Amino acid sequence: MTVAAIERPPNLTRQSSPEGARLSLSGDWTLVASHRLEAAAARIVEEASRDRMIIFDLAQVSRLDTAGAWLINRARHELARRGVAVALEHVRPEYSTLLEEAHYRAFEAPARPRFKLVFVLLSDLGESTVGALREFYRGVSFLGEFVASMIYVAQHPKRFRFTALVAQIELICFRSVPIIVLINVLVGGIVAQQGIFQLLKFGASSYTVSLIGILVLRELGVLLTSIMIAGRSGSAITACLGSMKMREEVDALLVMGLSPMEVLIAPRVLGLVIALPILTFVADMAALFGGMIVSWWYGGISPVAFASLLKEAIALHTFLVGIIKAPFMALVIGLIASMDGLETKGSAESLGQQVTSSVVKSIFMVIVMDGLFAVFFASIDY
Amino acid sequence: MSSPSTYADGAAERRPNRDVIISVRDLVIGFGDVTIVKGLNLDVFRGEVLGVVGGSGQGKSVLTRAILGLVPARGGAIRIFGQDRDALAPAERRILEQRWGVLFQNGALFSGLTVKQNIQMPMRETREISHHLMDELAMLKLELVGLPPDAADKLPSELSGGMVKRAALARALALDPELVFLDEPTSGLDPIGAAEFDELIGTLQQTLGLTVFMVTHDLDSLYSICDRVAALAEGRVIAAGPLETLLESDHPWLKAYFHGVRGGRLTAARMEHKDEEWKPAPTTR
Repeated sequence: MTVAAIERPPNLTRQSSPEGARLSLSGDWTLVASHRLEAAAARIVEEASRDRMIIFDLAQVSRLDTAGAWLINRARHELARRGVAVALEHVRPEYSTLLEEAHYRAFEAPARPRFKLVFVLLSDLGESTVGALREFYRGVSFLGEFVASMIYVAQHPKRFRFTALVAQIELICFRSVPIIVLINVLVGGIVAQQGIFQLLKFGASSYTVSLIGILVLRELGVLLTSIMIAGRSGSAITACLGSMKMREEVDALLVMGLSPMEVLIAPRVLGLVIALPILTFVADMAALFGGMIVSWWYGGISPVAFASLLKEAIALHTFLVGIIKAPFMALVIGLIASMDGLETKGSAESLGQQVTSSVVKSIFMVIVMDGLFAVFFASIDY
Repeated sequence: MSSPSTYADGAAERRPNRDVIISVRDLVIGFGDVTIVKGLNLDVFRGEVLGVVGGSGQGKSVLTRAILGLVPARGGAIRIFGQDRDALAPAERRILEQRWGVLFQNGALFSGLTVKQNIQMPMRETREISHHLMDELAMLKLELVGLPPDAADKLPSELSGGMVKRAALARALALDPELVFLDEPTSGLDPIGAAEFDELIGTLQQTLGLTVFMVTHDLDSLYSICDRVAALAEGRVIAAGPLETLLESDHPWLKAYFHGVRGGRLTAARMEHKDEEWKPAPTTR
């Protein structure tokens, strides 16, 4: 903390004469004096509170600011309340404007309602429940809007923006390939290593290949890809739409008679729906490759043996279970991201909140969807 | 074109005994290959309201930011309160910075803090005073800039454009600075709001004895509250002085500015009623 050095601290001296008491104030009565200013003001009240009448002599005051003027006025008010009459003397003209401007008035703080913790807790719980239900309702109606505009686009294919769609596919699909390949090779390798390590105890390390094949193709490939894309592309979509909303670009579209659903959201969501199955396939291959390398190097299963074991362990439907889920995951991610983007308010913090909420919600929903699919596929025995 | 510095220094010569609060000498500022400010000279005197005008891209903002120390200068000297800031130790520089207040164009209120917390921020960081006094002073400042008390607990995002400017002015005045920088204070306000804000600046300048450095595009502000106007073009001060002397200038930009379509209408109207109505704003000195 740096406080300017003060040359003349605020001070006061009391003189009693037959005509009455005088307090002569001197020095800099400014905020630079910090706590000394407050102390001096407190001393005024202390010194004068026993008098019936007192004169403040301001001749020696070298500087005065609003804080000093306020404190002098507050002291006067306090003394008046105790029945002490105060008169000012030798006030410079510029100080008198300041003293007038900073005349004492009580600033009543607006009453803040205080509730018991239980009530706050219950009302928060209720609010978030209603909020979540409302969110769900909005999501469903947003989905409806999206489907309606898709039907419209299907009837008028010329109105569809293929260039935008291609641009989105490049952004979402092509540019995500390196990171998707990288994490899936690693995860495939880790599953293989753990499988071999644990199954070796039973002498069943060759079952590792079935483990990798089924786990990766049915669950891990699509789940990891969806989570990665929710973080990477979902957040980008929310941020893009949110900033467009902030700069009134969305409103500009509306007043031109264009639908943001058609112009902005359809290419993005469709781009995701097309990109995610492709990426899932890439992820599956990468994870199997990672598993194969680790099985060979760590478990001594040669690639040829790995391939033939894999062929026995999986069938086409194992692969399809994963791929079928991908477009649904994409739809969920895209709709949540777009909806949150369009709900951005005017400020930058709101944009940040929307991006966070979009990513958290889409990852959560991706996992919930995966669970629902697991139940569904189990019950139809696929 | 005649030498620009004769204009700027001419004003200084006419008032030899006035206290110079900011002095800029031969300032050069550039970014990359572009030089924006080319040898600029300017004086700001204690207790005056100086309006800085100039076309877009002529270096008004850059000059302000250079004086505030936000943009490094390539050459020249800036002295504030008689001190060369570059030569000061960091602690002394901080003290110097507490003697001015800045109103940024868009307010620059801290968005995570309420209006009251915004106003208290400079006090909290640099002064050791009680919470009670801080609350009172914040409310006082709020009233000085004409905001209702219930604005105190609002967040900047809940305020209208005019209120944001007023709240930002209150924060700029939190430490009772001697010098206030205003960057386009009336931009984005409606004419009534702008006129009220001009009046507010005028009143505060009188009561608090401020020196005001105001960058503006608003001709009305120039007429109503500025004691002196400095015009920037081609990286220099092409003219500085009371508005009347600028109105008589032959410089093409100034002619276009004051006697063009918009300016001309206003200038003519003001000049017509000059004797009856319009008087230069009274100043404290």
